[in-house]
Amino acid sequence: MIALLKRDLWLAVRAGGGFGLGLAFFLIVVVLIPFGVGPDASVLEPIAPGILWVAALLACLLSLDRIFALDYEDGSLALLATSPLPLEGAALIKAIAHWLTTGLPLTLAAPLLGVLLHMNSEAYGYLFISLALGTPALSIIGTFGAALTVGLRRGGLLLSLLVLPLYVPTLVFGAEAVRRGAAGMDVTTPFVMLAGITAGAFALLPFASAAALRVNLR
Amino acid sequence: MSIWEYANPKKFMATTAPLIPWIFGGSMLLIIVGLLWGLFNTPAADQFEHSVKILFVHVPSALMAINGWMMMLVASLIWLIRRHHVSALAARAAAPIGAIMTVIALATGAIWGQPTWGTWWAWEPRLTSFLILFLFYIGYMALWTAIEDNDTAADLTSVLCIVGSVFAVLSRYAAMFWGKGLHQTATFSADRETNIDASFWWPAVISMVGFGLFFVALVLIRTNTHIRLRRADALEARARRAA
Repeated sequence: MIALLKRDLWLAVRAGGGFGLGLAFFLIVVVLIPFGVGPDASVLEPIAPGILWVAALLACLLSLDRIFALDYEDGSLALLATSPLPLEGAALIKAIAHWLTTGLPLTLAAPLLGVLLHMNSEAYGYLFISLALGTPALSIIGTFGAALTVGLRRGGLLLSLLVLPLYVPTLVFGAEAVRRGAAGMDVTTPFVMLAGITAGAFALLPFASAAALRVNLR
Repeated sequence: MSIWEYANPKKFMATTAPLIPWIFGGSMLLIIVGLLWGLFNTPAADQFEHSVKILFVHVPSALMAINGWMMMLVASLIWLIRRHHVSALAARAAAPIGAIMTVIALATGAIWGQPTWGTWWAWEPRLTSFLILFLFYIGYMALWTAIEDNDTAADLTSVLCIVGSVFAVLSRYAAMFWGKGLHQTATFSADRETNIDASFWWPAVISMVGFGLFFVALVLIRTNTHIRLRRADALEARARRAA
């Protein structure tokens, strides 16, 4: 499992594209918003947490089809399926590798981008924690979506259609936690719900992903 | 005699074909009675005046939109566990009907919301969760059409349906949490039917049963169609092999 994780991480870093691309996309989206709604700080400040969350979600979505597509094409996914490692474990590792290459950089970069959006100074900590708690759920849900559409030639658009509704609860609780934190309200409930979604998704979705992969490799 | 006998497509079609006109006719009768009673023979409600009468379309369609997904979930589980093709086809057949029911519920809700709340749309738990349910229906149908191999498509959509149900429920609670304090006045109570006046209760129940039967009839018709389509495909494939 560790070897697979290392391999995926090396591929992501060395092969280019995937690693920096999501982060660059995140930056671009955040930069575009002030052009769209105007540079007024009083407009940007209340919507900053939501924008950062939506942008992080879209950046995460962008790199999902890479999770399995390359391995499927060159046959290494079939090798993984026949290896002693259960496919559930492989799906889990793939999700963790995806999180380390997209979710984690996004989480680290988000507070910096908050400056561009005039985010309330109290919200930074909450934004960081909520993204750290929520982006693993985005990766594991996305892995499920990628497993469903891996056999399709043009699965990219379908992947977003399938995955985005599944992202709704994570997004709602994540953005709500930051909004509440910025307003100085109690943030326990959204944080607990967010952590619950992540934990539940990590516990259950690898099985669904593996089932979908088995069907697609049949 | 077990219920699994009907998993045989031939037996399924032979049994359901004669039933369809009766179910369909019965549903039409109930819907017409329920709607006529509801529209012309109920008083105007205090706060809603005559706009309350859209309830007789709105509530049954919303009910069937949710039950439609539940039916797909059960059919998907049967497919995954017992590999009965009719079950997978029934789930496929139900999806567009459920999606249309969701649209009807959303549209009538918007039309009802305009005079009573003063807005077509509010980001309120019930409305939001229905919109998300609609997105789930669309994704489900898109996955069915995207995959060429029938068994693969049935397997993958079944998995999606199960995961989707969990997340649909989760979205509902998420939206409830998020909408709190924003649109308090727009929140319904879940047990609205029970604290409704008797003059509204009967036509509402009649049209709910009517919509339920209507749904069943449409699902049976569409399942039969899909079985025939599958047969036509098999015949075509055989002809191509022979040529």
